Amino acid sequence: MAEERRQKLCSVILPTESMKAMAESVGVGSLQEDSCLALSEEVSYRIKEIAQDALKFMHHGKRRKLTTGDIDHALKLKNVEPLYGFQSQEFIPFRFASGGGRELHFYEEKEVDLSDIINTPLPRVPLDVSLKAHWLSIDGVQPAIPENPPPVPKEQQKTDSTEPLKAVKPGQEEEGSIQTKGQGASSAEVKGSSAKMVPLMRMKPRSTHELSVEQQLYYKEITEACVGSCEAKRAVCVCNKCYLFLFQVRVNVVQNNLALLIYLMRMVKALMDNPTLYLEKYLHELIPAVVTCIVSKQLCLRPDVDNHWALRDFAARLMAQSCKTFSTTTNNIQSRITKTFTKALLDDKTQWTTRYGCIAGLAELGHDVIKTLIIPRLSVEGARIKAVMDGPVVSNIDKIGADHVQSLLLKHCASVVAKTRPLPDMVDQYKVDYGYLGTMLCSHVVKARAQAAFQAQTVNRTTLTITQPRPTLSVSQSGLSTSSGSRAPSIIKVPSSLTLMSTRPGTPTQPSPPATKYIVMATSAGAASTHYLPTAPTAILHSAADYTYPAMRVKRKKSLTTMVEDLLCNRS
Amino acid sequence: MAAVQDGPMELDTEKETKPEILSDGTSKLSGNAASGTLSSSPLTAGGAPKQEDQQTLIAVLQFLRRNKLSESVEILRREAGLEDQEDSQTLDGSGGGKGDRDGGEANSLLSRVSITSAAAPQIILSTSVTNEQLDVSVVLSAYSQQGDPSLYQVYYSGLKNFIESVLDCHRAELSQLFYPLFVHMYLELVYNNHENEAKAFFEKFGGDQECYYQDDLRVLCGLTKKEHLKGNEVLLDFRTSRFVLRISRDSYQLLKRHLQERHNNQIWNIIQEHLYIDIFDGMPRSKSQIDSMSGSFAGEARREVNKVKVFHGLLKEPEIEVPLDDEEDEAENEEGKPKKKKTKKDSMGSKSKKQDPNAPQQNRIPLPELKDSDKLDKIMYMKESTKRIRLGPENLPSICFYSFLNAYQGLTAVDFTDDSSLLAGGFADSTVRIWSVTPKKLRKVKSAGELNLIDKESDDVLERIMDEKTASESKILCGHSGPVYSVSFSPDRNYLLSSSEDGTVRLWSLQTFTCLVGYKGHNYPVWDTHFSPFGYYFVSGGHDRVARLWATDHYQPLRIFAGHLADVTCTRFHPNSNYVATGSTDRTIRLWDVLNGNCVRIFTGHKGPVHSLAFSPNGKFLASGSTDGRVLLWDIGHGLMIGELKGHTDTIYALKFSRDGEILASGSMDNTVRLWDSTKAFDDVETDDFTAATGHIHLPDNSQELLLGTYHSKSTPVTHLHFTRRNLLLAAGGYSSQ
Repeated sequence: MAEERRQKLCSVILPTESMKAMAESVGVGSLQEDSCLALSEEVSYRIKEIAQDALKFMHHGKRRKLTTGDIDHALKLKNVEPLYGFQSQEFIPFRFASGGGRELHFYEEKEVDLSDIINTPLPRVPLDVSLKAHWLSIDGVQPAIPENPPPVPKEQQKTDSTEPLKAVKPGQEEEGSIQTKGQGASSAEVKGSSAKMVPLMRMKPRSTHELSVEQQLYYKEITEACVGSCEAKRAVCVCNKCYLFLFQVRVNVVQNNLALLIYLMRMVKALMDNPTLYLEKYLHELIPAVVTCIVSKQLCLRPDVDNHWALRDFAARLMAQSCKTFSTTTNNIQSRITKTFTKALLDDKTQWTTRYGCIAGLAELGHDVIKTLIIPRLSVEGARIKAVMDGPVVSNIDKIGADHVQSLLLKHCASVVAKTRPLPDMVDQYKVDYGYLGTMLCSHVVKARAQAAFQAQTVNRTTLTITQPRPTLSVSQSGLSTSSGSRAPSIIKVPSSLTLMSTRPGTPTQPSPPATKYIVMATSAGAASTHYLPTAPTAILHSAADYTYPAMRVKRKKSLTTMVEDLLCNRS
Repeated sequence: MAAVQDGPMELDTEKETKPEILSDGTSKLSGNAASGTLSSSPLTAGGAPKQEDQQTLIAVLQFLRRNKLSESVEILRREAGLEDQEDSQTLDGSGGGKGDRDGGEANSLLSRVSITSAAAPQIILSTSVTNEQLDVSVVLSAYSQQGDPSLYQVYYSGLKNFIESVLDCHRAELSQLFYPLFVHMYLELVYNNHENEAKAFFEKFGGDQECYYQDDLRVLCGLTKKEHLKGNEVLLDFRTSRFVLRISRDSYQLLKRHLQERHNNQIWNIIQEHLYIDIFDGMPRSKSQIDSMSGSFAGEARREVNKVKVFHGLLKEPEIEVPLDDEEDEAENEEGKPKKKKTKKDSMGSKSKKQDPNAPQQNRIPLPELKDSDKLDKIMYMKESTKRIRLGPENLPSICFYSFLNAYQGLTAVDFTDDSSLLAGGFADSTVRIWSVTPKKLRKVKSAGELNLIDKESDDVLERIMDEKTASESKILCGHSGPVYSVSFSPDRNYLLSSSEDGTVRLWSLQTFTCLVGYKGHNYPVWDTHFSPFGYYFVSGGHDRVARLWATDHYQPLRIFAGHLADVTCTRFHPNSNYVATGSTDRTIRLWDVLNGNCVRIFTGHKGPVHSLAFSPNGKFLASGSTDGRVLLWDIGHGLMIGELKGHTDTIYALKFSRDGEILASGSMDNTVRLWDSTKAFDDVETDDFTAATGHIHLPDNSQELLLGTYHSKSTPVTHLHFTRRNLLLAAGGYSSQ
């Protein structure tokens, strides 16, 4: 061990200048150089002694940081009066000054006006000590709860997700180690290697984890945090790897709970935006979930009223983003997704909701996709819309659906057409090319061109985007009917499966029907009609927390009475 | 023996009061057959050589006389039965004589006196100048000028060259010489005012020393003047206590021959006067063997100090005891008795051996009688232990972690009651807080006036005396005036002990939540205190380098365990309450006999201050953890190190064996709890050929095999560990947000 050379121990002593400065500060004018030297040696030695004693107090105080209190106690041991007025603070409050060729560190003592102190409001009372228990280990296995550190360090996570082939499988490693060691390997060595492998083995069954009660609680916490109103919590939970459980349960909710789906999608978004997570491994869970949200026939209980369109839009954008981020030549996400959408679109029996989703999904993938896949379909779709709009026997739902598809098509195609199609914009020509939608498309294209020209003038495009209303993805009862003008806070009933989990283990899927929770929100005027604007998503949606907008308040109430109170408050 | 520590006045009173205390204590305890076993004064303790005692006595007498404490001189002389003429010898014997331990002890005693007098100004005034000079000169007598200071480097490097050129097998052993020689030569230079030579000497050879001496070297390098020496207890101790080296005969012969050939008197003198070379016959030890045992302040333990027989067995369960049976007859109709008899039979069936041959006599030290409530508690314990989970490498315990939130880094100590119902925390802000970790709330006893109104005959009188209004989950105990460094519950859960920076140990009642007694004696910060497993006694240890044994009903200590060369950092009672283990900043662990105050074991091998100790439930083994992050395992009976558990990266503050002793849990500043297979650790050694005679063990480097689990907390250092009666592991620590 003696070979390990440490940092050299040397007796550092204070410079004699400090002695002079201190002597001056107490009124001793001229101090001999010799006495300075003697003093500084003595002082350095005593300071070291005190520091060593202070360290003892730190160790017994079970801290890693030396505090001024420790030094006071060390002084007390030596029968020296402690230094008053130095509070234990995070930083040492010395000020630096130089002048006349000398450098000084001094402790600034400000004059304090008593009236100032009297008039300042009292600081917050510090929280009292409290005790909290959690399971550090259950039968030797550390449960994955927020109180415990993440089971796998980040580096490990990175290599696991980015280089899955390199992650050694336990069995292989054993073989390898034995082979390399040869027959002569002593039993101790083999044992050693197997001991090392134990943690690997324990990590392995991650995907097929049984949900323990703690995990269920944790899951519930996470979900509540995501869905709930506490912004800080939400930001925290994004970092946690809740997505493991999330998407297994999600499917069950799909059928009816729009509000929750919106939150889930936001959560996915947040997960994607988090640069420290490696989602590659979980894409197979993520993508089906997102696609379901785009193309599902029904996403809410009342498709005629609820605004599930915004969700589809949002999910479509999410899909496009994940295509951009994760698509590689090996997994081919983009082409597979495109194929799925196109197939649904070409099918005549596809419902309007799904159709809308497909178009939205495709449109988000870029101009090229719109040009090659949507624009050729415009006349066909136009005819279909026309049939619904003008036809006599249509349900309200179909009509709304057709209406949405129409506006969606117009919006996306206009910009593309404006770029690709040469001037002039003749209404008749459009009609010939695009059928029923031609007329409206033409006017949209004109508008788009005008806007493009305007943008070219203003140059600064960013200011323009800021002035646009923020993209809103709102849970709105009024749905399409902005005309109804419901400005009063509207209340949406959401089943209590908002928490996603029944307390019973093993049956997380059952939403317990009777207890209802309410989402109270104020619909800002015009919000419903401008759900969606093609602004840069990452800027706004950096995390789920950022994406909640002020108009929206989510309140979850536990008891019926408080719920009623809430209602009354809102009515009044 | 070293009561001298506390300054003359206190020493005086202690001497006077001790006999009373002891007789008093034993009369109260006389219910047990062991009347008077404790009454033998520690000063005349048996076991140690007679001559040593006399030397010590003479030193003490001389000191007393110098301070004009004639009355105590008389008393002491009468007590010890010393003749007048004996003390006329005074200290002449210290330098000469056999020159081993005896002289060293006397010297060290006197050196301490000089330290205390230097530390406390008012004492300096009282002692005359001549006295002080005498003290210092006694202490430093050996450091008279010898040889040319400029040649020291030549001497040292000459020896270094020699040792590096000898055969490998001897080199490791002789390398042990480097550190003590280096320190002594340096101090000699400093003492003789050769400051520059000393600095140059340090520069040149300071880097060669073993890395585990770094802390001491740091102290040493700051010390450059003779004046510094006076106040530095650490180095004075180094001087006065002889550094112990264990060297095989062959190596020693080699060294001797070399030094005589070269006429290197300087080094030979130092070896003669300041080192104790423990020569053994047989194979020289290997480097790893030496490294595992060295690192302590004053070298290794001498072999003979660990030869004393230690009764490490457990006491018989009290139910089997005859006097208790009588009581049972008396209290035949008491509730719970039939159950108890049943469990007794069960327990007797499981414990086949009736009397452990290694167990001490039942009444070796008087123990308090069992009260009815204690018996009920024993029954509860029996019941619980039947439900105990059998732990092992395949069956690891669950760990429940209690985090103290908002403690602002102020949590300094934690303790659980044995039945895991209460939790106490000591804080840097001088408070002690108690929490109930069960749904049962903490209640105070009603005030005296209200108690008068209670019907004392009613069945639920114990329930009625409690004041329901005061029920709360936690209580705060205020009274200390400095950080609380340790807390310890009494086994019957009626009392709590706390020790603090303010130099006191306080006893709190958990019925009224008030302070009952403040035990003063340490005068300096008390780092640790611990209740005996049978209650009544407790031990404390502090910065004044002694551990003290107290009884709760005495305001003066019953025993003072002196011998550590630095702060006593942790103290633990042996499960049979006959021994006390103390860990210290001097990097040794000592085991003390409660009966006579003798040190019966010295364990060296730690490379940093020892901060945690734990006895195995069967009393055979001791585990210790230190700032270097290693846990060492010791066999008490043989006085040997039997294991080294490496894994932690920071100070280990908590150690605990599971209830059956299969698992050792360790908790550390590095935010981890680690579980170790202690059964295997002990078995591996026991199957070895136990070369107890030489004490040279080969430590298998199997920490990784023994490590069963590592559990990280997020940001909470582990300050305490506790196994519940059913073998659930409870951990506690203060969350630090960083």
